[in-house]
Formats: sequence, C-alpha cells, structure tokens
Amino acid sequence: MRLIEVVVAVLLAPVAAVAAAQAPDPNLARDLAATCASCHGTDGVSQGGTVSLAGMAKDNIVRKMQEFKSGTKPATIMHQLAKGYSDEQITLIAGWFAAQKVGK
Amino acid sequence: MSPPAKSSAMQRRDFLKATAAGFGTTAALALPGCATMGGGSSRKVVIVGGGYGGATAAKYVRMWSNGGIDVSLVEPNPEFISCPMSNLVIGGSRDLAFITVSYDNLPGRHGVKVVRDAATTIDTGKRTVGLAGGGVLPYDRLILSPGIEFMWDKVPGLDNADAQAKVLHAWKAGPQTVALRKQLEAMPDGGVYVLSIPVAPYRCPPGPYERACQVAWYLRRAKPRSKVLILDGNPDVTSKAALFRKAWAEEYKGIVEYRGNHVLTDVDVATKTAKFEVQDDVRADVLNVVPPQRAGAIAREAEVVTANDRWCDVDFLTFESVQVRNVHVLGDAIQVAAGMPKSGHMANQHAKVCAAAVVALLSGQPPNPSPVLNNTCYSMITDKDSIHVCSVHQWDKDKKTLLPVPGAGGVSPAMSELEGIYAFAWAKNIWADTLA
Repeated sequence: MRLIEVVVAVLLAPVAAVAAAQAPDPNLARDLAATCASCHGTDGVSQGGTVSLAGMAKDNIVRKMQEFKSGTKPATIMHQLAKGYSDEQITLIAGWFAAQKVGK
Repeated sequence: MSPPAKSSAMQRRDFLKATAAGFGTTAALALPGCATMGGGSSRKVVIVGGGYGGATAAKYVRMWSNGGIDVSLVEPNPEFISCPMSNLVIGGSRDLAFITVSYDNLPGRHGVKVVRDAATTIDTGKRTVGLAGGGVLPYDRLILSPGIEFMWDKVPGLDNADAQAKVLHAWKAGPQTVALRKQLEAMPDGGVYVLSIPVAPYRCPPGPYERACQVAWYLRRAKPRSKVLILDGNPDVTSKAALFRKAWAEEYKGIVEYRGNHVLTDVDVATKTAKFEVQDDVRADVLNVVPPQRAGAIAREAEVVTANDRWCDVDFLTFESVQVRNVHVLGDAIQVAAGMPKSGHMANQHAKVCAAAVVALLSGQPPNPSPVLNNTCYSMITDKDSIHVCSVHQWDKDKKTLLPVPGAGGVSPAMSELEGIYAFAWAKNIWADTLA
C-alpha cells in the first residue's frame, strides 16, 4: 500500500466509524431508489413515457406514493407496486430522488 | 463432472470477515478523485454475459464504485437484442432493429471494458476466466449472467444443428426471431402454427402466451383461415391466465386454441410432428418448440449449478453462489425464491442488488442487509394493447430469503391501449437503465 492510501484510510477511519454507528447502510436509499430505475430511468431520469423522479420534491413523491398505496390516486400499476414498500422506505426513496440533479 | 467440495456456512462467514478486514484500507480507492490513483491495484470484476443481468451489473458496479472498480464484460454478440418485445417482431408489428441496442455506452459513458469473446473456462481457485480467443481475465469477483441453455436431450429429434434450423425455438432473440417470422410469412393460409411450452420453470413465464397472441394478431390480418394451437406442458396457463384466456376467447376467437398437459417428448422434424407423453401426436405447418431449459453452460464450468442439476442457488443478499466463493449469479440462471419469475426485469433488479453488494464487499463494507426487488412484466396482446403482472419482493430476515409482499403487486383488470403505451415506455427505460 502506498503512503497516500494509508494516510487517507487513517484520516477516514473515525468518520467511517461514526457513519457506521448512525446509519448501518449509507446506501440504503440509493439501493431502494434503484428498484424504481428500471421503469423511471437511471437515477430517476426518465427516457420518456414515465415520470422523471430526479429532482422532484421529496414531499411530492411521498404524497403520491401514499395516494397510490391508499388507492385515492388512480393508476394502472403504481397502486400495486406502492403497496410493496414500507412508509420508511418510501421516505428514503423520495429523499434520494429529490437530491438528484434534473437532466443529468 | 465431479461434485466440488462444498464450503460450509462457517467457512463462508469467516471468509467474509477476513475479506472485510483485509480489504478495509482499499476503501480509499473507491472514493471519487482517488479512483485513478489506484492504477494497477484496483479491484477487478469480470462479468460473463451481456443480457439484462450482466450489462446492468457492469454499469452499476462502475457507477457505484465511482469508477474505482475495473469491470470487464464478456459478451460474444456485437449488440444487445432484447427478448422482451421480440414477440412483436415475430408478429410483424416491429422489426429486429427496434429490439436491438448498442453496447457502446457501457465503455463510452461508464468505462466498462466490453470484451467481445466467449468465456469458455473458469478457474475458481486461481480466480481467472479463460476466453475462446485465448485470453485470460483475472478477477476478484466474478458475476455470471449466463442466461439459459436448452436441454436438447429432452427432445432427441432436435438434438442436432440441422433440426434446430428447421424447428425453431426463437427463445433467444436474434436470428431465430427473424427465422420464425419468415416461416410464418411462408405458411399458407389455413395452416396451423403449433407452439410447444415446457414444464415450468422456464425463461419468461408469460412469454409463450404473448407469442400466441402476436402470431394470432398477424394471422387474423394476413391469413384468416389459419390457427394457433398452444400445446402446454403445464396443466394450465402459468401467468396472467385469466387475461390470456379472455384474449383467446374474445380478441382471437376461433384462431387460438389452448391445450394443457402436453409434455413434449420428441419431434419428427421431417413431418413437423410433435410427440407427447400421453396425448396424441400433432402435425404442424409451423412448429415452434420452446425446449426445457437450465442455466447457461458456463455456470456448469464454474460449478455453481446446485439446484436439480439445472439452476444456481444464490445468497439473495449478494447473489453470490452458495457453493463457490467470489462467484455471483444473476438472471434466468438462478434458482428463484418463491414468486420470483425468470424475467429480464428481474435480472436487471438482481444486478443492482449484486452490484451494490460487490462494491461494498470490495470496499470492506457489509452488503445491504435488506435488499428489495420488484418485477414489472407487460405482455402485448395486440400491436397496441397490453396487460401486466407485477410484484415487490422484500428480504425476510427470519427465513433468509426474498418473499413477495402480501397485498402488493397484481395484474391488469383488462387489456388496454394505455398499458400498451406503458409497455413501450418500460422497454425504452429498462434498455437505457441496462445499457446507457
């Protein structure tokens, strides 16, 4: 291992330890959001025909998903898929997409 | 093939701990800006198979490691040709170009090394992949997305290349798709198209029933006296049953006939005759046999075929083989968990769970302890109308597997043009998510 790698690793070690204590998996939101990407585009940037989720307000995504879940928002398929995700997961997904750049 | 020694659960846990400890300091290599400083010491992932599973894994390992992991994708075909939507090419409403996507964005945008070659040997001890062209690729982790191979021994009359060029499967999109289209175009009006379906599990459960619809769509317009005869090895339609039955009873009334419990035992190629375990022989004008399937041959070479001598058991937290360390398996080749279909959408989802796990493990981090997958599968009934089935699969920590969420998922109430529009949107988006 080269010196720079040792230095970086040592400097990052306390940061990593704190992060590990607070969030067991820092990539959980990213991984959950990736399950949406098959239809809504990588990182939520749609290729057309589905809604682009990248950059959409977090509250807006949460509200729509809850409406799909409860059946108040008509849908062909999202009412069935939304029921598969917990409220906590929906919040994580919404936060992650809200933080993505539009038109990336 | 002699059975390889199985690694015990204890060995496996110890290995993972050792991996985490040993690789901990290399995490720095995966940081943005540090990636190029790693030089020759960066971790190597080799992916075999550039379908929905392998191509997605290649892209996401590069994305999620910020370019810090070296990824080689071994694929002999020059372009990706999608099985989903290929029935529209057989029906004639779309052409092969529509379902063909370039691999160019994987190297261009993501730095994937696309190796146009076939993997022929795997040494899981030395961790190398041997290529047909003579090259050898070393790996830290190997991801196999080998798709399926056909069990020709179950259909002896088709166990040679000449027979396979006459009685087509068209269950791997490409030349066979175009050839089956040509057979249908050459069939006289009043002819019978016979489709043989294997006993489940097989690639794409609703695919054969969609194909019957697309062939019927073509025949209704071009050869209205012709028939579609579905001879299913299963006792009943295996997916979206009520919706397909309705389509055959109404949309394609008098054209499509369905018969269950037809387990194919052989084919006489000269007379285009299908033979069955119990039922009488059936002669066809165009005979289309979807043969029984198992994991692609390279899985056998890697000794990861562990279920019924056909499929590969994996740990669903990582998609690593339960038998061979550092070898992951994706897509149609795996032994699925309950309610998980063998679909392209599923392979794309497997790939992301696997990519996240591989990036984590190679950075000394534990994999995501609660992966989620979903499936969305559209079947085209006409050239415009579609139906769907969907499901969401969550990790069950007690049962240590992925299970469908009760109350979630479902099917369409009826076919519709709106769902047809969404089906094409699905294709456009998943092709980009996989390859662009």
